[in-house]
Amino acid sequence: MNRRTFLRCGACALVALGGPPRFLVRTAAATAARGKVLVAVFQRGAVDGLSMVVPHGDPAYAAARQTIALRPPKRGEADRAVDLDGFFALHPGLAPLVPLWESRSLAIVHACGSPDTTRSHFDAQDYMESGSPGVKSTPDGWLARAVKGLPQPKASPFRAVALGPILPRALQGDVGAVAMASLDRFDVRAGDTGARGGFEALYARSVSDLLSGTGRETLEAVKMLRSADAARIPPANGALYPRGPFGESMRQIAQLIKANIGLEVAFADMQGWDTHVGQGAEQGQLAARLREFGGALAAFAQDLGDRMADVVVLTMSEFGRTVVENGNRGTDHGHATAMLALGGGVRGGRVYGRWPGLAREQRFEGRDLAVTTDFRTLFGEVARSHLGVPTAPLFPGWTPSRPPLGLFA
Amino acid sequence: MRRLAVAFLTLGALTGGGVPASGAGPGPGALGEEPTRGAPPLADDRRILHVLNRLALGPRPGDLERVRAVGVDAWIERQLHPETIADAATERALATLASLRLSIPEALRDYPRPEPKLREKLQAGQLTRQEMMELYPPEKRPFRITAELQAAKMLRAVESERQLQEVMVDFWFNHFNVFAAKGDVRWYVAAYERDVIRPNALGRFPDLVRASARHPAMLFYLDNWLSARPDFTVPAGGPKGGRKAGLNENYARELMELHTLGVDGGYTQADVTEVARAFTGWSIDRPQTEGRFAFRPRMHDTGEKVVLGHRIPAGGGQDDGERVLAILTHHPATARFIATKLVRRFVADTPPPPLVERVAATYLSTDGDVRAMLRTIVAAPEFVSAEAYRAKVKTPFEFVASAVRALGATVDAQGAFDLARASAEIGEPLYQAQPPTGYPDRAEAWVNSGALLARMNFALALARSRYPRVAVDPGSLVTGADPRSPDAVLDRLLAALVAGQASAETRAVLTGELTNPQITRLTAEDRGPASTDVATLAALVLGSPEFQRR
Repeated sequence: MNRRTFLRCGACALVALGGPPRFLVRTAAATAARGKVLVAVFQRGAVDGLSMVVPHGDPAYAAARQTIALRPPKRGEADRAVDLDGFFALHPGLAPLVPLWESRSLAIVHACGSPDTTRSHFDAQDYMESGSPGVKSTPDGWLARAVKGLPQPKASPFRAVALGPILPRALQGDVGAVAMASLDRFDVRAGDTGARGGFEALYARSVSDLLSGTGRETLEAVKMLRSADAARIPPANGALYPRGPFGESMRQIAQLIKANIGLEVAFADMQGWDTHVGQGAEQGQLAARLREFGGALAAFAQDLGDRMADVVVLTMSEFGRTVVENGNRGTDHGHATAMLALGGGVRGGRVYGRWPGLAREQRFEGRDLAVTTDFRTLFGEVARSHLGVPTAPLFPGWTPSRPPLGLFA
Repeated sequence: MRRLAVAFLTLGALTGGGVPASGAGPGPGALGEEPTRGAPPLADDRRILHVLNRLALGPRPGDLERVRAVGVDAWIERQLHPETIADAATERALATLASLRLSIPEALRDYPRPEPKLREKLQAGQLTRQEMMELYPPEKRPFRITAELQAAKMLRAVESERQLQEVMVDFWFNHFNVFAAKGDVRWYVAAYERDVIRPNALGRFPDLVRASARHPAMLFYLDNWLSARPDFTVPAGGPKGGRKAGLNENYARELMELHTLGVDGGYTQADVTEVARAFTGWSIDRPQTEGRFAFRPRMHDTGEKVVLGHRIPAGGGQDDGERVLAILTHHPATARFIATKLVRRFVADTPPPPLVERVAATYLSTDGDVRAMLRTIVAAPEFVSAEAYRAKVKTPFEFVASAVRALGATVDAQGAFDLARASAEIGEPLYQAQPPTGYPDRAEAWVNSGALLARMNFALALARSRYPRVAVDPGSLVTGADPRSPDAVLDRLLAALVAGQASAETRAVLTGELTNPQITRLTAEDRGPASTDVATLAALVLGSPEFQRR
C-alpha cells in the first residue's frame, strides 16, 4: 500500500465513521452572530517540520539523522513520538494536541512551503507574509488583503489585531490593523482621565482624514476594550497556558475573542526555531520550543471550548530544515515544512499533501524536503472556506495549478 | 488691559523667543491684532515653519526667529553645505558612543561574538541567551553597536545644527537600506552609515550607488558576497570547501528595483541575471575578522553580458560591475525614480508629476547632484503650496525628534538611548527595517491604532518628565504668561510648540480642556485662582493630529 492510497482510505474511513466534531453541531446556531476568526501563527526561524510531524514511516528518515531522529512511536511508552496514522507521528512535545487530532479538529499539511528557493530567513518571511514569493515590492500583506475581502464592510476597530509591538508584514496595508504589545498596555497611560478625554476631544473634532479617523477609532477601541474589560477575562475550562511570550499572546487573543469585540483576524508569532546546533530529539532545545508551542495551542482550544467552532488557527514557518543532520547535531536551512490548521470547520485527523519522500533523489536539490503544497494553496483555502474571502487578491499574479486540499467540508 | 498683554506676550513668543519684544519685532500694525487667535499667519512665517518641518526635524523654540533673521533662502543654502555649519557640541555629545568611530576590523575585535562553546550551550538549552550575554560586559556585547548607532541617530536628530544632513542621511539610509540584525551586518552597519551614506548625503547620487555597492554591509545584506559563476565550487581547505556556489540574484534585482531604475524602470528578468553575472566575485575578505571589500576573480563570470541593451564584452573583471553601475546611474528611469522619492519625502505622499519631471531633468543635467535636485524642489511652487502644508505624516523617528525639539529639551547620549526605544515602541526600531525597501515614507504605513496610542503615551511621558535623562521643562515655554490665566498659557504654549499654527478645532478643544479640573489645578499657595498643568497641555499638543504632521 503506498502512501497515497493509504491517505485516501484513511479519509474514506473518517467520512464513513464520523460527523463533524460535537462542538460544531452544538454551536452551529450561535456562530452566525459571532462571526469567524482566523488566528495566524508564525514560527519564525524555520521550524524543522520533520521533527514536529515525524515521517517515521519513511525508510530514509532515521538514517538521515543519526543523533536527532525521533524513535518510532510505541504505544504506552512515554516520551515517544505519538503515532497519527501509521506513517506520521507528532513530536512528544506536541502531545497536548493529540486529543484535538483525535476529535478531528487538527489537520496537518506536510511538505508545505514556498515555491521560492531562498534560504534567507528574512526574504522567506517577507515572501510568506506578503503572499508574493519572489516579489519584494508587494506593498501590503496577504492577511491585510484578506481583511479587505471580509464580507462585513463596516467593522470593529479590533477586526484585525497583531500581538506584538509592531505590525507584522502580513497585516500591513490600509486596513487599520491594530498592533498591541499587550491588552493591558493598550490605553492612554495618563494615570488620570484628563489626558485621555483631551485626546478624545482633539481627535473627535479634527477634520476627517486617515490620521484623525484612525485616532478616533483608536480611542474608541480603547474605550471598548476598557468596558469589555478584556484584559481581566480569565482562561476558561481549566486552560493553562505555558509561560512565555507565545502563551501570553494566545491567551490574549482568546480574551479578545471572548470579549466579543469583533475580532476577525489575529496574528501572533513565536521565535526560536533556528536550530543549527544541538537540536535534540524527544528532549532538548527543539522539544522545549515545541512543548511551549503545543501547550499554548492546546490551552487556547481548551480556553475557547465551543467557541473553537468559529475559530481556525493556522500555523506557518518560512521554510523547513535540511533532511540530513549537520555537523553540529542540528539542521540547516531547508525548504518544505509542516503546517497545522486547527478548529472551525477543518476536517482534521488527517495529514494532507503528497509526501515527496526523503531519499536523496527525492529531495529538493538533493538536501531538503521538497515542497508539494504551495503555502498559498493552504492559506487561500483557509481564507476562502473559513472567512468567506475571495482568494484572487490574496496572492497577486498566482493561479493555483493544483486542486484544493479539501481541508474544509 | 490684561487681554492686550496676553496678545503682546503671545506675539513675543511667536517672534522674539524668550524675551518679549526683543530682537526682530513685528511690523507696525501687527500689535493691534490677535495674531495667533484664528487669524491667518504671516505667509513668511508659515513658509519658515514649513521649511523647518521638511528640511529639519521640526523647529526648536526660537528657530523661527533665527531663520527669519538670516532669511529663509540663506538658511536653506547653508543647510545644503553642512560642512560650513559649526556643530562641535553635537560631536562632543557623541564622544561617549565609542563604536561609532571604529573601523570594521576594530568593531569585530572589540565586540566579539559569543564563543562557539557558549553558543552550543545556548542551543542545547543549558544556558539562556540572557545568561550567555551576561558573561560579557554590556559595553562589549555586539548588540551595543546597534544601540549606540540608534542613540547617535536620535541625538543628532535632536541636537545637530546640520539638520538637513540628518534628514538626508535618514532618507538615503532607507533608500540603500541594510538590516542591522542580519548576520555580520551588525558589525558593518556603523561604518556603512559613516563612510557610505553620510559623506554623500548631499553629494552625487552615482557616488552613493558606487559606495554602497562595494560596502560589506550591502554585500552581506543582499548576499552578493556569495554570488559566483554558476559552475563555481568553493576551493578545498576552508570550512565550506567543496561546496557548490552559484549565482545569487538578490543584489542585482534590488539594485535595479530599489536603488536605481525603480520597479517599472523597464528591466527584465534577463537583465537581472546579466547584472548578477556582472557582480559575481564582488565579495568580502574575511567577513568575521577583516570585513573588507574583495574582488574574487575565481568566482567571477567572465562571459559577455548584455544589460539593458548595453554590451559588456567577455573577459572583464571587477569593472563589469562598475560598467553596470554607470549604465544604471545614467538611465532616465533612475532620474525619474530618485526624483519621485525625493519629491515624496519633501512635498507629498503622491508626488506631483510636473515637479517630478523637473527634478528628474535636474538629475540628468547635473549627473545626479543631490543639492541641485533639492534646490529644484524647495524653489518649486508645489513645495510651498497650501496642499503641501502639513501634508506629510511624521515617521516615528521624525515624531520623537520633533517633539523633543519642540519642547526645547536637551538630550545627551544616555537620554538618546531612551528616545531610540520610544521610536521603536511607536513602530520604527532604528536600523531594524528588515526588507530592502527600508522604512516607508507614506502615511498609511505609520498610522495604526497601536502606533497612535504609543505617540500619545510618548507625548505624555515626555512632557511630564518621565524620561529622566531627557531634560524637559514645559514651564519654561510659557515663562512670562500669567499662570492664573489659562488662556494666556495656552497661547504661549501653542506659539512655542506649533508656532501658533493650531487649527481652530484644536484650539477650541484645548480651551475646553482648560476648564477640566484635572488639568487646571488649584495651587497650594493661594487656593484661589487656578494654575494650569502646562505639562499635560503640552502633551495634548504633541499628541494632537497637527503635531503628527509636518
